[in-house]
Amino acid sequence: MDYNLFFQVLINGLSLGAIYGLIAIGYTMVYGILGMINFAHGDVFMTGAFIALISFMMSTLMPAVMPVAVVLVLVLVVSMVFTSVWSWTIERIAYRPLRGSFRLAPLITAIGMSIVLQNFVQIHQGPRNKSLPDIITGVWTIPGTDIQIQNKQILVIATTAVLLAVFSYIVARTPLGRAQRACEQDRKMAALLGINVDRTISITFIIGAALAAVAGTIFFVYYGQINFYDGFIPGIKAFTAAVLGGIGSLPGAVLGGLLIALIESLWSAYISPDYKDVAAFAILAIVLIFMPSGILGHPETEKV
Amino acid sequence: MNTRMENFCTNPAKARFSGALFQGICTAFIAFLLFVFIVGLPADLNIHNELQITPQFGYLFNYVLIAGAGRFTWCYSGGGIRGAVLAFFPGIILFIAYRAWLYYISAAVAGNYVFSIQFGQLAITAIMLAALLAAAWLFLYSSRIRSAIAGNIAAITPAMQRYAPGMIIALLLIYPVFIVTFVVDNMAQSQKWIDNYAIQILIYVMLAWGLNIVVGLAGLLDLGYVAFYAVGAYTVALLGNHFGFSFWLCLPIAGIFAALWGVMIGFPVLRLRGDYLAIVTLAFGEIVRTILQNWTPVTGGANGLFVKKATFFGIPFERGPNGFAAFFGMKFQAAHYKIFLYYIIVTLLILMAWIITRLRRLPIGRVWEALREDEIACRSLGINTVTAKLSAFATGAMFGGFAGAFFAARQGRADYTSFVFMESVIVLAIVVLGGMGSLSGIAIAAIVMIGGMELLREIPSSLQMIFGPDFRPEQYRMLWFGLAMVCVMILKPRGFVSSRTPSAFLNRKKAVPGHFTVEGNG
Amino acid sequence: MTAYKQKPVSKDMILKVEHLRMQFGGLVAIDDLNFDVERGKITAIIGPNGAGKTTVFNCITGFYRPTGGMLTLKRANGEMHRLERLANFQITKKAKVARTFQNIRLFNGLTVLENLLVAQHNRLMRASGMSIFGLLGLPGYKHAAKNAIENAGAWLEKIKLVDRADDPAGSLPYGDQRRLEIARAMCTDPELLCLDEPAAGLNPRESLALNELLLSIRSETDTSILLIEHDMSVVMEISDHIIVLEYGSKISDGTPDNIRNDPRVIAAYLGVEDEEMDEVEELLDEAKGDAAPAGETTDKLDGTTVSIEKRSRP
Repeated sequence: MDYNLFFQVLINGLSLGAIYGLIAIGYTMVYGILGMINFAHGDVFMTGAFIALISFMMSTLMPAVMPVAVVLVLVLVVSMVFTSVWSWTIERIAYRPLRGSFRLAPLITAIGMSIVLQNFVQIHQGPRNKSLPDIITGVWTIPGTDIQIQNKQILVIATTAVLLAVFSYIVARTPLGRAQRACEQDRKMAALLGINVDRTISITFIIGAALAAVAGTIFFVYYGQINFYDGFIPGIKAFTAAVLGGIGSLPGAVLGGLLIALIESLWSAYISPDYKDVAAFAILAIVLIFMPSGILGHPETEKV
Repeated sequence: MNTRMENFCTNPAKARFSGALFQGICTAFIAFLLFVFIVGLPADLNIHNELQITPQFGYLFNYVLIAGAGRFTWCYSGGGIRGAVLAFFPGIILFIAYRAWLYYISAAVAGNYVFSIQFGQLAITAIMLAALLAAAWLFLYSSRIRSAIAGNIAAITPAMQRYAPGMIIALLLIYPVFIVTFVVDNMAQSQKWIDNYAIQILIYVMLAWGLNIVVGLAGLLDLGYVAFYAVGAYTVALLGNHFGFSFWLCLPIAGIFAALWGVMIGFPVLRLRGDYLAIVTLAFGEIVRTILQNWTPVTGGANGLFVKKATFFGIPFERGPNGFAAFFGMKFQAAHYKIFLYYIIVTLLILMAWIITRLRRLPIGRVWEALREDEIACRSLGINTVTAKLSAFATGAMFGGFAGAFFAARQGRADYTSFVFMESVIVLAIVVLGGMGSLSGIAIAAIVMIGGMELLREIPSSLQMIFGPDFRPEQYRMLWFGLAMVCVMILKPRGFVSSRTPSAFLNRKKAVPGHFTVEGNG
Repeated sequence: MTAYKQKPVSKDMILKVEHLRMQFGGLVAIDDLNFDVERGKITAIIGPNGAGKTTVFNCITGFYRPTGGMLTLKRANGEMHRLERLANFQITKKAKVARTFQNIRLFNGLTVLENLLVAQHNRLMRASGMSIFGLLGLPGYKHAAKNAIENAGAWLEKIKLVDRADDPAGSLPYGDQRRLEIARAMCTDPELLCLDEPAAGLNPRESLALNELLLSIRSETDTSILLIEHDMSVVMEISDHIIVLEYGSKISDGTPDNIRNDPRVIAAYLGVEDEEMDEVEELLDEAKGDAAPAGETTDKLDGTTVSIEKRSRP
């Protein structure tokens, strides 16, 4: 048993799980509050990665030379801000007019917006893969062992952990979080009690997009390349992660993301890289068949 | 702020202007934030394969202007649909004007600026704009047309409804003859019209009618329909290659296998609620796709499998003396096969329409719609909802299998790229856009969406004056599809045909308006 | 309780509920409930809110699985079914128990006629030979379809909705929707019809019409009716037998007159403290004077039971 490889695979899975988990939170929050699957969210993630890439390149053109850490923080913040604008706009244009109507209409609009966003980015940014040499290099060896962790992996996991803590606090403790949970339970009643439902929903989308932008920046830093189509598969996987963990539950989304990423990593390392998607989806199907509300979800009892 | 309030009280028109101006500026600012990175700073690979940024502030500014001007027009003309139509025009003019200017600049620099070509393009643009203007005028100021669009297409001409099926069948049967005789010079050219347009649209109609049974009638949200399509195609390929079965023998077998696959998937999965069902069916669709892509010994992997052509009652479509052409004393044309395929699919579709309409009136069809409305009530009436759902799923799967078999015969091969998630999405979009449960609405939606996409291929790249010097038409196809999806959904959330015709009536048949029906919870 | 069990044999029970217990986690909603529903009669379950009435219903009709107890249904042809073991659509299909819902569950997008036709689904499916005969247009199916429409038409006449037969069910006014739901349940040819608050939200005129409908069902069909209701004008008017629940247990059981005068029932509805119960009973006894026959036992529960057997229906 090659512990070195196993640990490596685990760390890879954790890093990937960070990305999936961050995107999954956006899905689960929107689903919790609006009951709709925001198909465009994966492409919002892709847009975040692009913005991170471009702003990073802009920073290299700056006359002053800044330390990498500062640049990365700047890039992160810029990406979060601008990606939030995208998500906010999509919500205003495509989802708000359809709120309260027919359930499938927002789904189709979301798919439409996903296609529009992908192709818009493709037309203006070109269809080819954009890649950069590694920004963060170097490894850190765990003292006393042979195991190496790449610095960028540490960065990914640390950033995710910090941001998750911040946003969990926001959702759980602040009035905004309360308003959000109220809207999830009963929108009409929340509105009657004076909560600005439109604003709460917009803020939900913004938070989701900000986290997706973080995921995008991480993706770009970690893999060093991005393509307009790269939002699609992670988007689907993140959504399955959200469902796996129990949709509507924030810790569930993160847990789901970690699970799917770990399964992928382990499967592709030990069995076959071709079928890693199959593994993730098969696990999802099996879990849902036996636990229809996901792992941490609350079962919905039908009122007769 | 104070001046704004004063204006409002004393001069409403001026207040409206300044209000609209304010909105326009806000929108322009948001547009700037949206587009500054994606449009204004494209990052692309230069000759040395390094990434570099080539600023395109012109396009950025153009888009910001369009957004601002559009929003201003919309607000100033009072908002709503009317405002949207009016806002369309400054947007279009700004869009074309900038690109025409760019084209002029780049052509002048390159020295290949030819006035006559530009004049021709200008003429085409002018005609298109005039047509759009006329359509917008009609739309805005003819209430009959507006109520027709807002209401139900079929409600305008009730008399035509009786003869419509017959007329449509007649039109469909004549179509290839019409194309060959009047539209193209020789038979070889007709292939484009018959194959790329007609057959492709009809395949999507078949898929959408099949998915309609699952999503539109029974209300089960299936995002993995493409799996059944793939089963049908690969069944034909495998049976044909390993056992030498002809297409005709494979067709019903493909349907049966697809139905079996539907039952197998459906059994554990159909008890899941609405959106969970969607994601699990999506997962199964992707699993099928991945297996098709990677299981090379059986499925041919990325290259796929070869499929024999269908035969005309045993006579193959080939060049030699045994071929179809020789048999009927004609010169061999590749188009013969396509025309043959066209008539096959028209026949299949007529059969399918008949079966589905019949099924809707039978108790099973009624139970599907009742399932969509309220599953608990169904159970309380003694209906076994599990078998009812399975039957819907299996029937839809069967039709998907037929479509897949036909598709394989048309393509001559079966490979995984035709069975990706996007196909499921396109079929679902057609079903929802057409109006769930309505065969005619879905057919119209397929013609508009797929036909539109194909038409966009036709735009000559010489139309760079309108779309920009580096215009590539293929990129705009999917963009059109996405935009059309969003716009149609916002305008008509229940699809083109939003009412349903009841399956049984006591006194007289009355259409049920869309807002009573429910889209189902799976 | 022994007197209770020694009922005359002539009463034919369609449903026997024995030791029914329903527990949700730590909360016991129903505790050791026993009652019988007589065939061909109208039985009502009443009680203050939270008494567990809808829970009993959901157990009988298969929407909850009881934690304990037996629900035995005896059909007219002698078949016995244990309801707690059947899947909930089987309860309607095999045991012929139909129900309506507190919040009306019609098929809003289907027309009124189609609603009634869906109810006859099982019979029609058999006639259509799993749709094969139907597809081929065989006369056997056409005949069954015509019969089904006629049957639906007959019910529409009964509930006076014939001229709205082709309107979407969701467009009907509330009172009509309630009646339609009852007619739809009757189209399944049930032997036991369970109605969950059929008079909820009806004005007095509509309540009268409902009474008429239910009484006509009792007299013209073989269906027994079990209903939950709060509206006393309906309950007292039409019920043959009333069961009173409070906090998941039965506190009284008898004809409308008995129930009306039962001090425990009055106390439950008015909310009297346990200590004051005896006072209330004494007061009521005084008020009735010597209405109670001499020689009856003082055990209230037995006393009530005995008086059922001795009194005849007014």
